[in-house]
Amino acid sequence: MREIETEKITRTVKELFLKASFELGRDVLDAFKRGLAEEESPVGREVFERLLENAELAQKNRVPLCQDCGMAVLFVDIGTGVRIVGGDLTGALEEGVRQAYAEGYLRKSVCHPLARQNTGDNTPAVIHYEVTSGDKLKIAAVPKGGGAENMSRLFMLKPADGWAGVKEKVLLTVNEAGPNPCPPIIVGVALGGGFELAAREAKKTLLRPIASTNPDPEADRLEKELLAAVNDLGIGPLGLGGRFTALDVHLKIMPCHIASMPLAVNIQCHSSRHAEAVL
Amino acid sequence: MSQVHHLQAPLTRADLEPLQAGDRVLISGPLYTARDAAHKRLVEALSRGEKLPVDLKGQILYYVGPSPAPPGRVIGAAGPTTSYRMDPYTPTLLAQGLRAMIGKGRRGQEVKAAMVEYGAIYLGAYGGAGALLSEVIKGVEIITYEDLGPEALRRLMVEDFPAVVVNDLYGRDLYEEGQKMYARGRQS
Repeated sequence: MREIETEKITRTVKELFLKASFELGRDVLDAFKRGLAEEESPVGREVFERLLENAELAQKNRVPLCQDCGMAVLFVDIGTGVRIVGGDLTGALEEGVRQAYAEGYLRKSVCHPLARQNTGDNTPAVIHYEVTSGDKLKIAAVPKGGGAENMSRLFMLKPADGWAGVKEKVLLTVNEAGPNPCPPIIVGVALGGGFELAAREAKKTLLRPIASTNPDPEADRLEKELLAAVNDLGIGPLGLGGRFTALDVHLKIMPCHIASMPLAVNIQCHSSRHAEAVL
Repeated sequence: MSQVHHLQAPLTRADLEPLQAGDRVLISGPLYTARDAAHKRLVEALSRGEKLPVDLKGQILYYVGPSPAPPGRVIGAAGPTTSYRMDPYTPTLLAQGLRAMIGKGRRGQEVKAAMVEYGAIYLGAYGGAGALLSEVIKGVEIITYEDLGPEALRRLMVEDFPAVVVNDLYGRDLYEEGQKMYARGRQS
């Protein structure tokens, strides 16, 4: 058994949320530069210019990329050869969130759904655990903004709907979202599984780098088809019209019940904030 | 190519007449911040027959919940939030003389009709550019609803705050026009 101290986990989670809040990923920066070079709409090109400027200022001044510092979502893969020492794992993760949002002057955006009373420290976090083989602990931190999350959808389709039905619902979701979720977006799509698995995996696909090849060749071909169709919608950067409605579509295909065809579409804003570490 | 207009808040209807959907603006002067919770309180105050804590006549509301100011700065990140959530309250505030709103994303039909009726416009700010927009905010003062934290009603003093005219006085909508211009093939 390999021992990992909770203190180290807390420190790592804090650093990941700070990094994701202040620094754009290399893949996102590259996508913005490509957008600046290739976008046909003049106002769209200007949006990419401003977003690159925003990334520079955020990193230089340690001001968050976006005032919506999100709900703290964590994807945690824990190897069966890992033993957590010094406290409990969930507590350590949440303490990392608490410290990041306090020390980084990040906005605390978590509240009771009806009373709307803020919890004050951006917890509870949304934590998804998966058990893996090996003796590593992998942590992915996603500060997920409300504007993009609100535009996400789940559909329980009929098997007869087929690929045409899937495509129609993805386009419907993106089109209804329009300018709201800060396009150009990243569209996380999960097809199959079940109600909750599809939703979780749609979000988890957002961790894949923009413009990366899907390890599933069928999904790779289909996600490229979706990306082209999404970009034909013409919504464009910030919804002002243009070629770049999405920077990428990430598709995960999973087996499902013979009666069902669950489809989840998770929308992510242009900055696609996330950071990962392996302990 | 669209024009760039300099606007000095507060605004009159005449200030807005030259503006067309798609034009850029650079705003200076006071902006009042309000999100969901502050809107609810403003409209509830009016329904109780009370005076608003701010006279909205000619003013601009900015839909923003800034992140806390780090040491040495007046404010943290301060980009726009999605505007449709404020739609249920907006016509009531437009009737109070509110002249412009800054946010991101589409407005409902009722809000668009009320803007034309009362002579107000809707501006889109750069969504997701909170660090950039933080730079043009020179002063911050909490006016009321301090208990709402990021959602408190604040007065921001801004210099050359950049935005795009989405809905002008004449009922045009940049989101609809922009998308139509670049859409290709079959539309769902």
